[in-house]
Amino acid sequence: MTTLTMSRLDPGSRAARRGMSDLSIRNLFIIPTILFLIVFNIFPLLYSLGYSFTDFRASSNAPANFVGLDNYRTLLNDPFIWSNFAITAKYVIVSVTGQVIVGFGVAMLLNRDIPFKGLITTLLLLPMMLSMAVVGLFWKLLYDPSFGIINYALGLGRFEWLSDPDMALYAVAITDIWMWSPFVMLLSLAGLSAVPKHLYEAAAIDRAGPLYTFFRITLPLVAPILMIAIIFRTMEAFKTFDLAYILTSQPTTEVISIRLYKMAFQEWQTGLSCALAYIVLIMVIAITNIYVKYLNKVKER
Amino acid sequence: MRNKLAGLVAGFGLTLACSTSAFAQELTIFWAEWDPANYLQELVNEYEAETGVRVTVETTPWSDFQTKAFTEFNARGSAYDMVVGDSQWIGAASEAGHYVDLTDFFNKHNLKEVMAPATVKYYAEYPSDSGKYWSIPAEGDAVGWSYRKDWFEDPKEMEAFKAKYGYDLAPPKDWKQLRDIAEFFHRPDENRYGIAIYTDNSYDALVMGVENAIFSFGGELGDYANYKVDGIINSDQNVKALEAYRELYGFTPPGWAKTFFVENNQAITEGLAAMSMNYFAFFPALLNEATNPHAKSTGFFANPAGPDGDQYAALGGQGISIVSYSENQDEAFKFLEWFIKDETQKRWAELGGYTASAAVLESDEFQNATPYNKAFYETMFKVKDFWATPEYAELLIQMNQRIYPYLTAGEGTAKEALDALAEDWNATFKKYNRVQ
Repeated sequence: MTTLTMSRLDPGSRAARRGMSDLSIRNLFIIPTILFLIVFNIFPLLYSLGYSFTDFRASSNAPANFVGLDNYRTLLNDPFIWSNFAITAKYVIVSVTGQVIVGFGVAMLLNRDIPFKGLITTLLLLPMMLSMAVVGLFWKLLYDPSFGIINYALGLGRFEWLSDPDMALYAVAITDIWMWSPFVMLLSLAGLSAVPKHLYEAAAIDRAGPLYTFFRITLPLVAPILMIAIIFRTMEAFKTFDLAYILTSQPTTEVISIRLYKMAFQEWQTGLSCALAYIVLIMVIAITNIYVKYLNKVKER
Repeated sequence: MRNKLAGLVAGFGLTLACSTSAFAQELTIFWAEWDPANYLQELVNEYEAETGVRVTVETTPWSDFQTKAFTEFNARGSAYDMVVGDSQWIGAASEAGHYVDLTDFFNKHNLKEVMAPATVKYYAEYPSDSGKYWSIPAEGDAVGWSYRKDWFEDPKEMEAFKAKYGYDLAPPKDWKQLRDIAEFFHRPDENRYGIAIYTDNSYDALVMGVENAIFSFGGELGDYANYKVDGIINSDQNVKALEAYRELYGFTPPGWAKTFFVENNQAITEGLAAMSMNYFAFFPALLNEATNPHAKSTGFFANPAGPDGDQYAALGGQGISIVSYSENQDEAFKFLEWFIKDETQKRWAELGGYTASAAVLESDEFQNATPYNKAFYETMFKVKDFWATPEYAELLIQMNQRIYPYLTAGEGTAKEALDALAEDWNATFKKYNRVQ
């Protein structure tokens, strides 16, 4: 193993002639990035933390008053916020589970020698390349009870996908599954092709059944990369906004980011919405941490 | 090399000099993206021809309008010199100092008499009855109804209707008839439905739809002068009004749970519904044969009366205000002086804008110009509006949260929804120290 150290500057180079040391060149590259991060990420993050303890409203000139933990108390006592969280959780579970099943299933199908494999894989990736807003508008038309093609194709008559409060969230999740399964498929495919062939040959010699092979060889070896896909999709699903916002306005599909948007940019309750954003941030960090712990465990095996 | 550089600098300087001198002669008006904004652009082109001042009407989609305008205000940006803002913004924008106080201008030109009283009360004055004015009524608007004349005048339908309900089929005079007609034409098997109403709960659509019922049933949203809501928003009239709206929802086309002006006009153009609620501003499209195949057989009526004969409609429309952060306020005042002239207002109406000028509204010329202008004139003198307090957005979202599940999914009862709403509103007013 080579240890990574900075190589010395070539004494004949232009930089050396100008008298720049290794250190100053390193700083030249790193400092702008760090400054950029501080100005656009760290500073707003801390600044909004401060606002979350005030009754500040960006729409008025009134000075912000310190209110302590009042905002957090209000939010955690609001039954509507709790229902928003419950809806978000349900959406994350349905949508991510669906994506893993469909994505991994398609990857299994593609993980063999078939003609036009490259072309098929590329075509399957198309949904992922579309913009969320465009997908939302298209699926709104597809779901339309009067002229939508989904009801026509499935022979469902006038089934109301988006205006039925019980169905609307699943309709949004189905759209999300359609769009993001290819992402899971792509990562799974990479994992599957990395499984050494000799393991399957050994299993075949031992007369292991297909199920046994799948659960004892395929799944454990693909698990780490599949976990990464799940982490990404969970984080994304947790902050879903565009799809749900465009497709329907049912209270049963008001995920937490929609509520947050309304609070921040329609009601202009800046202080309160900062507090809500922090609650969401803490939850996402907590959930991601659980996943990462599990991922490390899977890797150790 | 040096010459080239000097040339570049000189060229750059010249461009800068030209552009700054051009800027001094420019005004930008911000509005939502819809036909009236195009008519306004046509109108202000005439101002440019007269004075040489270039006026641009900048637009953004309705869903984005409030957010974009207030983002610019909050940043104290000077991008817009004037804004044609929604009537309910006036509290928020005036208290925060985003709008220039137009009281002197208003009194100098006696606009209280010149413009229709309802438009002065709801577009211009804040707080109510304070005599302080923040905008000039620009686009008057209210909710009216369009209907399929050919369905209504079909002899077979008329006969069947009379046999079933005992009176003649005609544009409804009250909410009872509105309901009967909606029920009569509701035939899902024939892909024909009774009625199209507003149901979108993402901003103010659903609430404005419900307001038509509430105000005509004799109800109110609250006492705007002292913020009292108990026994007003959850009054018996309002409960009945909400129940009536819920009943109408049963006669709407399938999937009618997120609908606003686009869908409600489609209900007529696609031949889906017998009657459709919409703002007058969207009616020109229904008379255009290019956009409505049923243009010839589309009729219009004003919002019908409630059970006790009260007849009101929800107010739409906007006033034009000068933004405090504009660098061209003097030019903007000059523009407004031109805008309120009688000739300009007359021209505004001709182009398709809904003037708020009382003299123009009352003229026969205006009332006979289109099939709906008369209904518009009648409606503009009996309109009511939502709260205009700075926290109106919270009140709006609370109302959406409480009434939408009842109206579209039948959860709970109307009384429960309105009682809960009264509690929410009380808490909000307490939070902002409007009440003790």
